Amino acid sequence: MRNKDFAFWLFLAPVLFALGTVVLLPLIYGIVYSFTDWDGVNAAEFIGVKNYIELFSDQSFLNSLWFTFKFSIASVIVINIMGLGLAMLVTSYIKSKNVLRTIFFMPNLIGGLILGFIWQFIFTKAFDAIGRATGIEWLQGWLSDSQTGFWGMVILMSWQMAGYIMIIYIAYLENVPKDLLEAAEIDGANPWQRFRNITFPLVMPAFTVSLFLTLSNAFKIYDQNLSLTNGGPFESTKMVAMDIVQTAFQLNQMAEAQAKAVIFFIIVAIISLTQVYVNKKKEVEM
Amino acid sequence: MKKSGKRWTLEIIGLLLALLWISPFYLMIANAFKTKREIFTNTLKLPETFTFDNFKQAFEELTFLQTFMNSMLVTVLSVAIILFFSAMAAYALSRNGSKLSNILFFVFVAAMLIPFQSVMIPLVSIFGKVNALNFYGLIFMYLGFGCSLSIFLYHGALKGISKSLDEAATIDGCNRFQTFWYIIFPLLKPISITVGILNVIWIWNDFLLPSLVISGDGTDTIPLKLFLFFGQYTKQWHLALAGLTISIIPVIIAYFFAQKQIIKGVSEGAVK
Repeated sequence: MRNKDFAFWLFLAPVLFALGTVVLLPLIYGIVYSFTDWDGVNAAEFIGVKNYIELFSDQSFLNSLWFTFKFSIASVIVINIMGLGLAMLVTSYIKSKNVLRTIFFMPNLIGGLILGFIWQFIFTKAFDAIGRATGIEWLQGWLSDSQTGFWGMVILMSWQMAGYIMIIYIAYLENVPKDLLEAAEIDGANPWQRFRNITFPLVMPAFTVSLFLTLSNAFKIYDQNLSLTNGGPFESTKMVAMDIVQTAFQLNQMAEAQAKAVIFFIIVAIISLTQVYVNKKKEVEM
Repeated sequence: MKKSGKRWTLEIIGLLLALLWISPFYLMIANAFKTKREIFTNTLKLPETFTFDNFKQAFEELTFLQTFMNSMLVTVLSVAIILFFSAMAAYALSRNGSKLSNILFFVFVAAMLIPFQSVMIPLVSIFGKVNALNFYGLIFMYLGFGCSLSIFLYHGALKGISKSLDEAATIDGCNRFQTFWYIIFPLLKPISITVGILNVIWIWNDFLLPSLVISGDGTDTIPLKLFLFFGQYTKQWHLALAGLTISIIPVIIAYFFAQKQIIKGVSEGAVK
């Protein structure tokens, strides 16, 4: 198929048109709008970088950005430790491994909105009941302050994503040669040494994939945030994605919201491009 | 002897973790059968008397059959369109090999970096101006957002399909489209399943995009309806939990029948 072939363009036309009007055109419009005072209704006037400068004094945005960073880092650590642990468990020689895989992966199929609602019940009602029955005080009053709101989000996210990350680690763990591990065991290597010197280096590429996947997923989260805490109490658990949605569709400050959206895009792009760079670098080394 | 002892320890750890993992579902289902009062007095144990009233009311208020069909229609149509057009585009790109096709492929891959929230405001504005904030507009948007990853995955798979097949088909009198539709597309079936599964999971559960595009126009999908329902019954957990349980049942059934395919598809989509 040549460039001048009619068929080449005919085959590409539907997706080019869709991507162009749904993603690329809005992206360009969005960048332009972020330099105006557009409110969604009236004609926009160019105001330079005013929206961006105002972001630095927008406490709501700065708080949500900080909370999102903290949340992402905590989630990445917890999810990857849990994901790798679960993957090692279900690739060992136990009988129940297939059932376990099925169970651990299950939350990942259900929408974030639904999962958030379920956990809202667990944190506010079930935790409270356990706390009352056992007298453990810290189980009571979850989601009523920013501390428990934060950990509530991390627990929800980890429960949902650990099974997904487990699947990725499994794909790599199954490539670790069994005879190599057995040979090391016969030679007297203890489980930690076997993990450190054989499994870990071979699973290394999975870390890059999983770390960045969890990082960008955690950073972009919206549904779970909406249904678990709705940003509360007092907006202390509001994340960037939610801040953008609220600024745009509740406050109708379209241009300000779009400036936030551009910053959001830049951060997410940096995360993803770093991953591409790290992967490329590794390929060279190997 | 030592080995079997260790195995049993791992089996028990696995069992405990599995119980912990499904405990949220247990709490949801067990409490969905209780009365409003009993949820407060007995949150953790099984219900003393099972009542189906909650389910009946939630089912009616969610107009669940209608809502379920809306979700099905949006998902099936969107995914069918994504599969067909993405495979076609990936085929054209992979068989062209010119600089231009490399650039276009790069544009599709680069578009995967763009988060939804970065484009949603102008998107709603643009589509609002041409009166496309409706069911059909939504499906078209799913093609726009879904085509990048799909083309990327198809493009990878097409590298493994020899060009001599195309040539043979051309000699036998197939035109471009016939070659694609009768020869290439059937060979892409394994990757089509992967691409399909990834898109189904995403679109079925999607909330923000449909909430901006079709909310309240009678074609509400399950997440949209559930959000409204939940806002209405926020302090009435017996109804809210029954609604959540009903909403999850279709997913659990699908998972039960296709879990091998689903896990394989998700794994392939993530590792590539």
